[in-house]
Amino acid sequence: MHTVPQELSYTTTHEWVRIENDIATVGITEHAQSLLGDLVFVDLPTVKKGLAVGDDAAVVESVKAAADVYSPINGEVIEVNTALSDAPELINQDPYGAGWLFKIKIVGELPLTLLSAQDYQSMLDEEL
Amino acid sequence: MLIFELSSPGRRSHLQAPSCAPEPTDIPAAYLRVKKPVFPEVSELQVVRHYTTLSRKNFSIDTQFYPLGSCTMKYNPRGVHQLASLEGFLQHHPLTPVSHSQGYLQSAYELQTILAEVTGLSSVSLTPMAGAQGEFAGVAMIRAYHLSRGDTARQEFLVPDAAHGTNPATAVMCGFKIKEIPTDKSGDVDLEALRVAVGPHTAGIMLTNPSTLGVFERQIREIAKIVHAAGGLLYYDGANLNAILGKCRPGDMGFDVMHINLHKTFATPHGGGGPGSGPVAANDRLKPFLPIPTVGFDGKHYRWLNEKDCPQSIGRLSAFMGNAGIILRANIYARLLGGEGLCRVAEYATLNANYLMARLKQAGFTLAFPDRRASHEFIITFKKEAKTFGVTAKDIAKRLLDFGVHAPTTYFPLLVPECFLIEPTETESKQELDNFVDILITILKEAEVSPEIVKQAPHRLPVRRLDDLKAARELDLKWRE
Amino acid sequence: MPFIPHTEDDVQAMLDTIGVQHINVLFDEIPENLRIHDLNVIESGLNEMTIARDMKARALKDGGLACFVGAGAYEHHIPAAVWQITSRGEFLTAYTPYQAEASQGTLQLLYEYQTMMANLMGLDVSNASLYDGASALAEAVLMATRANTGAKEPRILIAGNLHPHYRKTVETLVRPQGIVLETLAYDEKTGSIVRERLPTIQHQDVVALIINQPNFFGGLEDVDALTDWAHEHQALVIGVVNPIAMALLKEPGSWGKSGADIACGEGQPLGIPLASGGPYFGFLCTKMEYVRQMPGRLIGRTVDQEGNIGFSLTLQAREQHIRRAKATSNICTNQGLAVTAATIYMSLLGASGLADVAKASHANAKALCDGLKAVPGIRLRFNAPFFHEFVIECPCAADVLVQALLKQGILAGLDLSILSPELSRCLLVCVTETKTKADIEVYVDAVKQALLNISSATTV
Repeated sequence: MHTVPQELSYTTTHEWVRIENDIATVGITEHAQSLLGDLVFVDLPTVKKGLAVGDDAAVVESVKAAADVYSPINGEVIEVNTALSDAPELINQDPYGAGWLFKIKIVGELPLTLLSAQDYQSMLDEEL
Repeated sequence: MLIFELSSPGRRSHLQAPSCAPEPTDIPAAYLRVKKPVFPEVSELQVVRHYTTLSRKNFSIDTQFYPLGSCTMKYNPRGVHQLASLEGFLQHHPLTPVSHSQGYLQSAYELQTILAEVTGLSSVSLTPMAGAQGEFAGVAMIRAYHLSRGDTARQEFLVPDAAHGTNPATAVMCGFKIKEIPTDKSGDVDLEALRVAVGPHTAGIMLTNPSTLGVFERQIREIAKIVHAAGGLLYYDGANLNAILGKCRPGDMGFDVMHINLHKTFATPHGGGGPGSGPVAANDRLKPFLPIPTVGFDGKHYRWLNEKDCPQSIGRLSAFMGNAGIILRANIYARLLGGEGLCRVAEYATLNANYLMARLKQAGFTLAFPDRRASHEFIITFKKEAKTFGVTAKDIAKRLLDFGVHAPTTYFPLLVPECFLIEPTETESKQELDNFVDILITILKEAEVSPEIVKQAPHRLPVRRLDDLKAARELDLKWRE
Repeated sequence: MPFIPHTEDDVQAMLDTIGVQHINVLFDEIPENLRIHDLNVIESGLNEMTIARDMKARALKDGGLACFVGAGAYEHHIPAAVWQITSRGEFLTAYTPYQAEASQGTLQLLYEYQTMMANLMGLDVSNASLYDGASALAEAVLMATRANTGAKEPRILIAGNLHPHYRKTVETLVRPQGIVLETLAYDEKTGSIVRERLPTIQHQDVVALIINQPNFFGGLEDVDALTDWAHEHQALVIGVVNPIAMALLKEPGSWGKSGADIACGEGQPLGIPLASGGPYFGFLCTKMEYVRQMPGRLIGRTVDQEGNIGFSLTLQAREQHIRRAKATSNICTNQGLAVTAATIYMSLLGASGLADVAKASHANAKALCDGLKAVPGIRLRFNAPFFHEFVIECPCAADVLVQALLKQGILAGLDLSILSPELSRCLLVCVTETKTKADIEVYVDAVKQALLNISSATTV
């Protein structure tokens, strides 16, 4: 069973979001990283890039798979986790901490599509 | 041992090249290379021994049963290889005037005709150099067709979720957006979903039939009707043509354009990953857009048809005229077999697949589509075994190698979990198929009794399982001193 | 039955196991109105002996000419060992090395190829091959467009003295992506691209500059100046090069201050026969920073679970079978067998052997060029140093000369009237190490005689 921290929001495509004031930090869930396996490469968005909900924001790549990371939020990229370019395994080791991907300055309202930890957990339970 | 590690400074095979060539005096020094590239310095014997030794670390059709689904690993006749390698063909420069190219041109023209008959389509261009390039040509032709009619709204291509990965990759290369069409439980295209998906934005659909699921798409005429009614065209991925040679034709099914993998259906060698050849065949509607050059015949002489003859062509795909040597091989193979022999290909490929499927079912293996006929290939799934014994399709594939059999295609199509896609081809004997069944039964027993043997396989090959993670994280793509 | 091993008893036993009466029943899922019952429109099968006679006659029609045509496909001596080893069944009849443990031969060979090719180009990494030189250039253009993310629009500058078929292939393959190709005119006198005549562009206006060394006319470019110019404008440099020439000429990795970014081209000169234009193979090398944008297969060296060295396909997540619609290219099969031959060829010759081939080809071309310049009426069209190909201008249509020499069994060169009307009297001639002094004299004499015949015909 994978951890699903209560304080975060989630998407059906396995991104997590931490919202602090008007900044959202985005990563992929522990469940997502376990599906992909050991990650070998992360392609991050450029800072200042504008993103709408559902846009391709990043790509995470394991030996035999690659997955798009979609933006869960409307806004502009203000920071990316550069440590990942040398150590993509941080996502495997600490998906909710050192393995974060990028930060967005939120524009407008939060989308209604975001899931609570509880909803995300039930979604995972159903998939199994 | 790498060839570089056999190297000794100053050693060389003098007989290979002219020695004592003069230093150029008329090229400015700034244009010249300063430092020689690092190449091995080895003798001819060392080279021959090294690469002969390497060759023996390969599985191949000549040495092993190779039931790789969707790849049609059938026997590549030696006579064909020898005749395509005749001196006159090998020394023929591609830009030789046609007066001195009639031998090749005739062979290419004959193959165009044979492929048109086999596919039920009117015209053929042999220039695409591989299946994926044939796909590109076909989809680009559909694009050119719509544009030639001023129909610029058709920006979407439909691709079944079971399709080969090249299909969506190709449609994107051609500038289209992809819409995936789901498959129903029996392995056919979901017609309701298709009806909803088509419209004025539909440029076309890419299909394989028999599909990648190893079954014949029974509603193909209905699919063609739906797509054509919406103004879209149909592209046939010829990867599985071996299954239907002389039994039915893509042109009759309603396809407008397709590619043929000569390295599959026409028994040209796969060469460790190419060269392939992917001729494209089209009906009259798409004929004007075929890639150039093609070969024409005026009843007396053969000649190249190029831009002047085909002004609406999508253009060139290669520097010359495609993989000519493969085209020669396919010509020789097709004429050795003749019409009756080509029909036998599908018959015995299908017989072998259905026999193997029946034997495996009897032995307790799980078929993905137990109620369907196999085409020239079929799918078994190890979902049950993965759960019960913790042994995956990958483990079983690796263990097969220990028994001297190449593994079937694994984990494709993506729709079936823990699967093998098995294609025995027509050139394998009953003994070979029975042997394969016995080996799989043995491995299944191992999985139950001592799963570690299977999970740790292979044990008897030049290397054990490789660390793919290290390969990807610490990229070592070039030897350094 | 040819290539089908089944006896009647086998067939019966197999049908019994399946539980059907006849093979044709196995096709019962194909709707009846789609079924055909034979392929009798195709002639009946021949035996090997009969077809051998027929193919030998055809090969005879196509062979036997002394080849002085290059233009993208070059005749070089191929050591006997090259195809003897390449034709071993274990290389010839294996498939793409998906099962790495059962493909170590092909995989290690490809790793050695990647090493030699990257070293020859002076770049960090080579892929395991593409289809041919022209399509490799198209892939390079697509790759550069992905790699140069700073460029304002997908605009590519392309040398006007590039092989016309390469130019057309690139057009076909990149047109759907909305990439704009802008031609750079070559200098009338030298046939080369001159820095002074390059267009005025702003920083980041273009994705890449394509130059070729040697150019289509055989002439040499000032690659250092052109590379630096492109880099000053944040454009990438794609070098299209002849691999044999790179044993003698400056390698792309050393062009200008920081080297070309991508080198690609036709691998055929490295041990692959002319063979009517294929199968050849395309090569593509780049700097490490662009490796993930590279199309095609890559082989990496790694270890197995016991720590033994082994080789496997790597960075597969870029490829179509995983990334599907988002792959770097739709390529799957490459030209493995041709690469096998090229690797053996390069190993046999070594760096000095390859340099000898390059120097001998150059010296022979120079000798023929000097011989022809002495023939009244013939002049050298471009005034630039060349490698092993050059353009002569004839006093008549080039085709007249081609036809005249053809009668003497000489393939004189490529008639350039196909390119533009102003080159209608021009012939592109190539000489490699395969030609002797005597061959060159025969060629010059044949040209003299042909011109004499033409002028006497016109006088009469």
